[in-house]
Amino acid sequence: MPKYAMVIDQRRCVACMACVVACKNENEVPPEQYRTRVLEMVEGEFPLLRMELRSELCNHCDNPPCVYNCPTGASYKRKEDGIVLLRKNRCVGCKACVAACPYSARYINHEKGFADKCTFCDHRLKEGKEPACVATCIGKSRIFGDMDDPKSPVRLALKGADATVLLEGAGTKPRVFYIKKFSKPE
Amino acid sequence: MKLSRRTFLKTSGIATAGIAAATAGPEKFLLWAEEAGLIQATYVPTFCEICFWKCGAIAKVLNGRVVKLDGNPVHGNSRGKLCARGNGGIGLLYDKDRLKTPLINVGKRGEGKYRKATWDEALGVVAEKMKGIREQYGPEAMAIFTHGAPTDHFLPLLSAYGTPNVGMPSFAQCRGPRDVGYELTFGEGPGSPERVDLVNSKVMVLIGSHLGENMHNSQVQDFAEAIGRGSKLIVVDPRYSIAAGKAEQWLPIRPATDLALLLAWINIIITEGLYDRAYLDQYAEGFAELAREVSHCTPEWAAKETDLPAAQIVETARMMGHNAPAVTIHPGRHATWYGDDVQRSRAMAILTALLGSWGRSGGMFFATKASLPKGESKPFPEPTKASLNGGGYPFAGAEGVTQAIRTATITGAPYPLKGWFVSGTNLMKSLPNQQETVDAIAKLDLLVVVDVMPMDLTMMADVILPECTYLERHDALAIGKGKSLSVSLRQPVIKPLYDSQPGWWIAKELAKKLDLGEYFPWNSYEEKIKAQCKTGGISYDDLKKLGCLTIPDTSAPYITPENQPTFKTESGKIQLYSKELKEKGFDPVPVYVRHPLPPEGFFRLTYGRSSVHTFSRTTNNPALNELYKENEVWINANKAKALGFSSGDYAVLVNQDGAKSNRIRVKATQRIREDMVYMVHGWGSLGKELSRSGRKGADDQGLITKYAVDPIAGSTGMRVNFVKLQKEG
Repeated sequence: MPKYAMVIDQRRCVACMACVVACKNENEVPPEQYRTRVLEMVEGEFPLLRMELRSELCNHCDNPPCVYNCPTGASYKRKEDGIVLLRKNRCVGCKACVAACPYSARYINHEKGFADKCTFCDHRLKEGKEPACVATCIGKSRIFGDMDDPKSPVRLALKGADATVLLEGAGTKPRVFYIKKFSKPE
Repeated sequence: MKLSRRTFLKTSGIATAGIAAATAGPEKFLLWAEEAGLIQATYVPTFCEICFWKCGAIAKVLNGRVVKLDGNPVHGNSRGKLCARGNGGIGLLYDKDRLKTPLINVGKRGEGKYRKATWDEALGVVAEKMKGIREQYGPEAMAIFTHGAPTDHFLPLLSAYGTPNVGMPSFAQCRGPRDVGYELTFGEGPGSPERVDLVNSKVMVLIGSHLGENMHNSQVQDFAEAIGRGSKLIVVDPRYSIAAGKAEQWLPIRPATDLALLLAWINIIITEGLYDRAYLDQYAEGFAELAREVSHCTPEWAAKETDLPAAQIVETARMMGHNAPAVTIHPGRHATWYGDDVQRSRAMAILTALLGSWGRSGGMFFATKASLPKGESKPFPEPTKASLNGGGYPFAGAEGVTQAIRTATITGAPYPLKGWFVSGTNLMKSLPNQQETVDAIAKLDLLVVVDVMPMDLTMMADVILPECTYLERHDALAIGKGKSLSVSLRQPVIKPLYDSQPGWWIAKELAKKLDLGEYFPWNSYEEKIKAQCKTGGISYDDLKKLGCLTIPDTSAPYITPENQPTFKTESGKIQLYSKELKEKGFDPVPVYVRHPLPPEGFFRLTYGRSSVHTFSRTTNNPALNELYKENEVWINANKAKALGFSSGDYAVLVNQDGAKSNRIRVKATQRIREDMVYMVHGWGSLGKELSRSGRKGADDQGLITKYAVDPIAGSTGMRVNFVKLQKEG
């Protein structure tokens, strides 16, 4: 049983948005809606500035508030691999999950009416491919794999790295990890 | 009628008769049908044309509709990945605003009144006018302006017609001075893709180059890889770019003073003995003269000019020196800044030579010497009159000095120019001083534009010939010369939509009507490509299946005892001191000359790129427009506050000559110096035909009324304009 996870090596991101466009094509995401975004944040005063580029997507939490708050049982965490998914035919578009997600990872698909979000490109995984955003990531900033496999790209990326998750205090136990800084002294 | 920009602006809003409304809405259930096993996808390899990097792509087709583009894993420029724009290629294919049928102008030029025509009629009109021009003035009275893939079809056509006049903005408005600067130093340019060995570098130096925002697929992959491997990055940029955000050393230089910094770096590397003595002894000449000429360029002197701390100038020079030769001084690409751009590029080349980085791992590598023969064609007629391409500039390249042809069109000297054939370039956005472009067009008997989208220049044409997109056509094979030779095929993924046609077909059919059919002796472009493959000894079938073939390497990228470099300079050595330049009356070693600074209340206008757009051509692409809908003017937050602007407000920019921009959103930010503003190039299109991007954002080119011509190469420096911000209305 794989335990899928993603690592975002922010040092290698160039905010080129290839992931965003690839995701939208791959998953027929409607105009003006997104399953993933790249945030460009700068702090400081000229010329002492610091930049953070951060890809955000569904964290496929091990403790997923969207699943707990779904009144119809449409949202679920798949036992086999830990991906948080949605049974479209059971979704009534009530937005409970949208409100519950602390990462703003969900939206109501305005063309189709149901809740929608990143699936780690479940359909591609079945074909042995990486998620679309990972496959096209120019900087190899997005890394995907099985946390249970010590040789998987995610495990190798996290080895010795100073990784964090978003909103750790929320207790959601995300499966998307962020590497911000070089672990060795620069 | 004298057509001014103003009348064009006024009239461009008039409805364009003839552009049919087509239904190309997204087909929502294709992926569902695929998942349910009702339909099966087919995959077709080709290469991208959203920019000029020529990345291998694989198109996924469901039920005749292209639903996804992926990078081709066997293609060296994409390596299985596409950038946002490449991913967004489908947006162009299904853009409802595409040119759909040939159009013939029925109003005054620039009024935007067109009627639909058949191909036979439209090409007939063009042929008749071209014949008339040839009869009355001679074939040299036609000029071609071109860029990218269409060049392979229309340059032969115009050459067969007999004109020597060709202008590609890629020279005089972009790479020209850089290439000339490197050629004068090393005997060859840095190549395209630039032969930067970023992945093996220990230090990377970007001077005004904003990789990341400037999205050149494989190069940015290498850039990110290098950062991941711990290569140290030095970024010289007055703006805190994405690249600057990754830099170990960011040098927020005062614009227009880069040459002072470069000369100081050169001086430090010489005086501190950080240069590669053995390398220079063997391959270069003019070291003593160079050392003498730069001896006054101290860090303190440069600090005053550049507004950078002297200590940082010294520290960065040492970083380079201590890590040489694994230092990549990126040659940049768009180099037409201040009119002394050949000399600045030469300084970068000289610095590269001092560090011994040319032909070394981690610096600049050598291209493969292998090639694929082009295939025979009937020799073109010898032009009877001298070409105007050089514009009188001694080192102008073969791509032509566009604005010199424009000037000749206006003045009619040395001979009249009466027809322009334009393909793949929106001259209103690529050439500085739009009034001159408008004035030149007013002198023409014929303006023909081949394009996919109704861009500004397109909608000024007498006849518009709608080319289909790159996903619907064959084009010439792309021959890549990096560390190995690669051959890539562009082939149609689907049949052309509407009544659009491939460039090759348009050229061939027009040639027939001009009685030049014998220059296009094949029936289809595929036939021509097959013949070329046969001559070159590669399998067309494999190429068709894989999209790209990499020919086993015949070159060595680095200098070794067995692989000695050749320099195609006069003396066969690297020219630290250029006798060629001296002979023509130019400085043999670059000399820093101070450029005018913005007057009180004005800011220097600079421009650049967004990672999701390629100039103006992608602005209307729904997939990309969504991510960046209009450009913004970046201004230092303190300055914005003093002027009463906040982020998100609209402002109007007025330049030193009174030229006014469209309204543009303000981005008040700490990420930029106080003496300049910045915007993404390509916005502020004039027409309503672009339903998403028309009239959105401001056009930097509209504010570039002044340009500084480089006396060496004839290229136009375009960062010499000053603007002030005004409130709307």
